[in-house]
Amino acid sequence: MSMTTASGAPKPKIWNDPFWRGLIFQGALLAAVLFLFAGAVINARNNMQARGIPTDFAFWDRPASFDINQTLIPYSATSPNSQVFWVGLLNTLLVAGLGIVLSTIIGFAIGAARLSTSWLVAKLATVYVEGIRNVPLLLQIIFWYNVVLGNLPNPRQAAPFLDIAFLSNRGLFVPAPVFRPGAGAIGVALAVGIVGAIGFRLWAARRQRETGQQAPVGWVSAALVLGLPLIAYVATGRPVGIEFPQLKGFNFAGGQRLTPEFVALLLALTLYTAAFIAEIVRSGILAVPKGQSEAAAALGLRAAPTRKLVIMPQAMQVIIPPLINQYLNLTKNSTLAVAIGYPDLFNVFSGTVLNNTGAAVQIVFMTMAVYLVVSLVTSAVMNAYNARIALRER
Amino acid sequence: MTGFVRTAPEPTLPPPTASIGLVATLRDRLFSGPVASVFTLLGIVFLAWAIPPLVRFLVVDAVWSAPDGAACRAPGAGACWAYIWRKAGYFTYGSYPFEQRWRVDVVFAVGGVLIAWLLVRRAPWRGLAAALFFIAYPILAVLLLRGSAMLGLPVVPTDMWGGILVTLIMAVSGIVFSLPFGVALALGRRSALPIVRFFSIGFIEIMRGVPMITVLFMANLMLPLFVPESWAPDRLLRPLVGVALFASAYMAEVVRGGLQAIPKGQFEGAMALGLNYPQRMRLIILPQALAIVIPGIVNSFIALFKDTTLVAIVGIFDFLRAVDTARLDPEWAGPTITATGYVFAALFYFVFCFGMSRYSLAVEHELAKSRNR
Repeated sequence: MSMTTASGAPKPKIWNDPFWRGLIFQGALLAAVLFLFAGAVINARNNMQARGIPTDFAFWDRPASFDINQTLIPYSATSPNSQVFWVGLLNTLLVAGLGIVLSTIIGFAIGAARLSTSWLVAKLATVYVEGIRNVPLLLQIIFWYNVVLGNLPNPRQAAPFLDIAFLSNRGLFVPAPVFRPGAGAIGVALAVGIVGAIGFRLWAARRQRETGQQAPVGWVSAALVLGLPLIAYVATGRPVGIEFPQLKGFNFAGGQRLTPEFVALLLALTLYTAAFIAEIVRSGILAVPKGQSEAAAALGLRAAPTRKLVIMPQAMQVIIPPLINQYLNLTKNSTLAVAIGYPDLFNVFSGTVLNNTGAAVQIVFMTMAVYLVVSLVTSAVMNAYNARIALRER
Repeated sequence: MTGFVRTAPEPTLPPPTASIGLVATLRDRLFSGPVASVFTLLGIVFLAWAIPPLVRFLVVDAVWSAPDGAACRAPGAGACWAYIWRKAGYFTYGSYPFEQRWRVDVVFAVGGVLIAWLLVRRAPWRGLAAALFFIAYPILAVLLLRGSAMLGLPVVPTDMWGGILVTLIMAVSGIVFSLPFGVALALGRRSALPIVRFFSIGFIEIMRGVPMITVLFMANLMLPLFVPESWAPDRLLRPLVGVALFASAYMAEVVRGGLQAIPKGQFEGAMALGLNYPQRMRLIILPQALAIVIPGIVNSFIALFKDTTLVAIVGIFDFLRAVDTARLDPEWAGPTITATGYVFAALFYFVFCFGMSRYSLAVEHELAKSRNR
């Protein structure tokens, strides 16, 4: 009665067959996305031509004709726009790199303080974390810039720190190293010291595995890494000096000037990210089962070796993936520099160069690509690392 | 021969005096060891250094009421709360016309009721609340806020909207769009169809890999280029699209976490009952997955709420920008005005975000209880 095929099962209608249905659905999706994409490209071309917006990369080699108040590489207003890109990128990397180092230190300290046996310290750390995490970063940046650094005195009444660093409305002046000929020997000595320390560490680890004898790794490493450069420093006639900032007329001379924008952005990014890192550290340490520290105590380990050899190695497995995520967030958040005028990549390139040239599409996509590449490379490395350190279950 | 047989229990001994009372509590909590003692003392020093000036600035020396900035400019004056009070209307509504501000109040009130209804986990008819909030409420809000000649409400152009109104519009429409969009992306990411999976993963990873401000810039500068010239999107709508797309990618990852936590047996059981894909998802999988990730959804809403401040950078008059602009008013200008404005803004965001995070913790506890039955 019903239509059956030779095998006995009814042949499904094409829209009931999962294979064909999937194919049709995906084809429709692909067509829709292509249609939207093509429409956007055609519209963008027409609109840009109608408004006289450039669609090529000719702007890349044209002179930038504006000044930047913080440049790590040679730059002047006659430099091409491509140089602006590199100046901005280096400024972004500078503030992100310093922010990552400082926020890690503060974050680990606050995270440990939240687990302190002192109730007062634990509560203070909690207040810090909750207070910082629940206020937008942008508000914190403009707070540091406009309230704290905006109300500073002029250089003549600058706030001194032990007379070596000065905080004024022209920025933070800190001592800077001065290198004279022969300073290269210290760098070589440092490199030799680091390689030697790593070699000694490997040798000591192998000897301990084979004979059970321990070597004073910490002391020998410190002697190699710090001692060798010190010997080189004295032997080559002290070629490195420190220059202190000094008040000359209405401003400071000598030393290194950190602009108020840089100081405000670095402070805000560091303190904000440190609050998140503190929570990651706390939860990582709490994730280690209590049995681990009890077993370590049963083996006769004291508190310090227990922390170093039993708790932290296990906690770090939990801590590192979200920690790297916070590093990426800090790097992406450094784009908020645009609110106070720190010349990071986004501010000078997607801001000033875009306004000057009008090449919106090219510039916004290039900027996005830079951050995207950093993010994707970092997560690829992280996935590989995670696969390597993941707990090897029996 | 008589032995001694006790008829009543021996009275219990009092606890050792070293472990009860205020002194013992203080010692256990604050001075349990040399390291803890040092840190406690440092903490006390820090409090003694930080609290008195803070209290002086915020409370003792603060100016609570004044007709203009003169009292706040007096030397030694603290926070100028009179200024906040005077500017409250501006912070809340922006330049929205005075006689029309009741419309904003109505939208706030209806939204508040609906959100409370959705958040109280024992409230009845929460499905209805969700339908109202995600479908009816946005229409009502647009009609009331923008106005329409048919309803007899004068049209208020979006460039007069501002302050908390715009901040809440950004946050609420971000969540209203990102939840369904994020669920779709999360399902797409776990789909068996390769092209669907490719587009979902591509969208999510690109959005999560770039800073939010670049997405806002793209929406602001390039959206008008991508559509025919006659469509020219409204200046408030452009960053809204950016916020919604950005939030969707993060929401998708939260929902994916919930989907991954559902045991495989649930999918297989639903298949065995003969349900097709939309039925399986709608009736079996999503109700469970979304219930697990309520804390995650609230957390990403907190992040979204803080991130709405970024629209100030592309020229939208949100709450933070209203605060940052009002401090330049010459009538009030003074040395403490900027700090007062920022402290007030920080308190506003803190109250919202901290409250929401407490809520998500409470839900998490409740979920943990029901899971460990």
